[in-house]
Amino acid sequence: MKDRTKYFAYPYVVWIFIFIALPAFLVLLYSVTTKESNGLTTIHFTWENFKNFFQPLYLNILWDSIYLAAISTIICLMLGYPAAYIISKAHISKRNTLLFMCILPMWMNMLLRTYAWMTILGNNGILNNIFAFLGLPKVNMLYTRGATIMGMVYNFIPFMILPIYTALSKMDKAVLEAADDLGANKRTKFIKVILPLSMPGVISGIIMVFMPAVSTFIIPQLLGGNKSMMIGNLVEKLFILNGDWNFGSAISIVMMVIILLSMSIMNKFDVDKEGGARLW
Amino acid sequence: MVRKYLSKIYMGIIFIFLYAPIVVLAVFSFNESKSRGHWTGFSLRWYIELFHDQDIRMAFYYTITIAIITAIVSTILGTIAAIGINAMKGRQKALILNVNYLPVVNPDIVTGISLMILYISFNMDFGFNTMLISHIVFSIPYVILSILPKLKQLDVHMTEAAMDLGATPMYALRKVIIPEIKPGIVTGFLMAFTLSIDDFIISYFTKGEGVTNLSIIIYSMARRGVRPTINALSTIMLTVVLLLMILINKRANGHDKSKKTNRSEV
Repeated sequence: MKDRTKYFAYPYVVWIFIFIALPAFLVLLYSVTTKESNGLTTIHFTWENFKNFFQPLYLNILWDSIYLAAISTIICLMLGYPAAYIISKAHISKRNTLLFMCILPMWMNMLLRTYAWMTILGNNGILNNIFAFLGLPKVNMLYTRGATIMGMVYNFIPFMILPIYTALSKMDKAVLEAADDLGANKRTKFIKVILPLSMPGVISGIIMVFMPAVSTFIIPQLLGGNKSMMIGNLVEKLFILNGDWNFGSAISIVMMVIILLSMSIMNKFDVDKEGGARLW
Repeated sequence: MVRKYLSKIYMGIIFIFLYAPIVVLAVFSFNESKSRGHWTGFSLRWYIELFHDQDIRMAFYYTITIAIITAIVSTILGTIAAIGINAMKGRQKALILNVNYLPVVNPDIVTGISLMILYISFNMDFGFNTMLISHIVFSIPYVILSILPKLKQLDVHMTEAAMDLGATPMYALRKVIIPEIKPGIVTGFLMAFTLSIDDFIISYFTKGEGVTNLSIIIYSMARRGVRPTINALSTIMLTVVLLLMILINKRANGHDKSKKTNRSEV
């Protein structure tokens, strides 16, 4: 029976070949061919697209995306760790509710959440109205790099809280008691026991925030205005406005490599190997 | 004691940060004037305008139709695939699982453009079909990932017992396997539905002439300048997602509870 059921997967094998493997291959193909390649007879391989990307103009966009994503990740970590710690210490009856409240916004349309911040940060938005009411001067908040960072922190912080919480709640209570018995004070206990044991969660959190943050194009577009062009915006522009697919594909490949490298780092640290299928 | 209050205040601030924008959107959808910062009075004006807006109505129709078809098709294909994958072994299984995992880990924008390139390479017309196929493509992996753990828990001897008692393999599948993995199937279905409703990036790259969904409308509206009708639309969408989430959560919790009682009985 078991051997025959395996054939159930074969239609899906065909499906993933057509809709997952083939498209990925096509992106790779476009990234190493010239624009003039039309079909098999005129195909012409080149490294030009990748070389083109390693110009200061584009490298700056890449570094800037990595920089903005890294800052957002650090802020998420600093805000998210205490939150995860508090939830893991909360009474068991409250824990699930607190956790649910942290994930709920994640299930709402990302555009809506980002759009909501436009109405708060705008020049005639809520915050500026509150400032005016308090007699403070208007602050230009929307369409700044700060707004982009804030949008990323807002959208991705649940991805930080969740894995850290999981790591903290799985911790062996006996180890904590042992630390107490051996005379560790609260500070030492946290630094020497709790923090190292929660590291797998911290690492997963960092990757899970950094990955979507570095590739986003909605948040910088809506909140950052034209000031912060990120690598996602560049890809979108190349495909939708410029129609330069070869170059766009090369950048997508760079993006995929960054993501897969981060994934492999995560897998190194993920001691429990719970991340589902291990990729690389 | 002080620590306890500090924790409460800290969580309060985090939740204000997480929910303030959503509350603001919902409240200002009932605002009378176009202003986004000043409250001028209660009205349902934007809701009424919303229902008269032809573009939004079409986008709503496409969003819901695509979400329903996506959920049904990807649940059926995903369930069949999961049963097959579960019976596989070794490298073959690992390879399929890894390829299946690709749309989950890849940035949406890469999935979007790779599908766009695929459709253009095969000269497909962009529109309803391309968007629907794309949604099914990125939903099936999530359906499979929610069903596989249930299949792992399944007792192999049950199917064997059913067949020893004279059930055909198909009958055993229908009467034994499917009922056992049903919670996973339902979770997968709801996930596919919400993923499809929520998707923007992949739809954006695979949309066609005259076919948009609500996310794309919100995106173009937000870029052109903010219209309060989006607030009304957002509030409706948030309410729907909230109800769905509570439903999913109730199911998940109910399931955990039944598992816990089972264990205590043992």
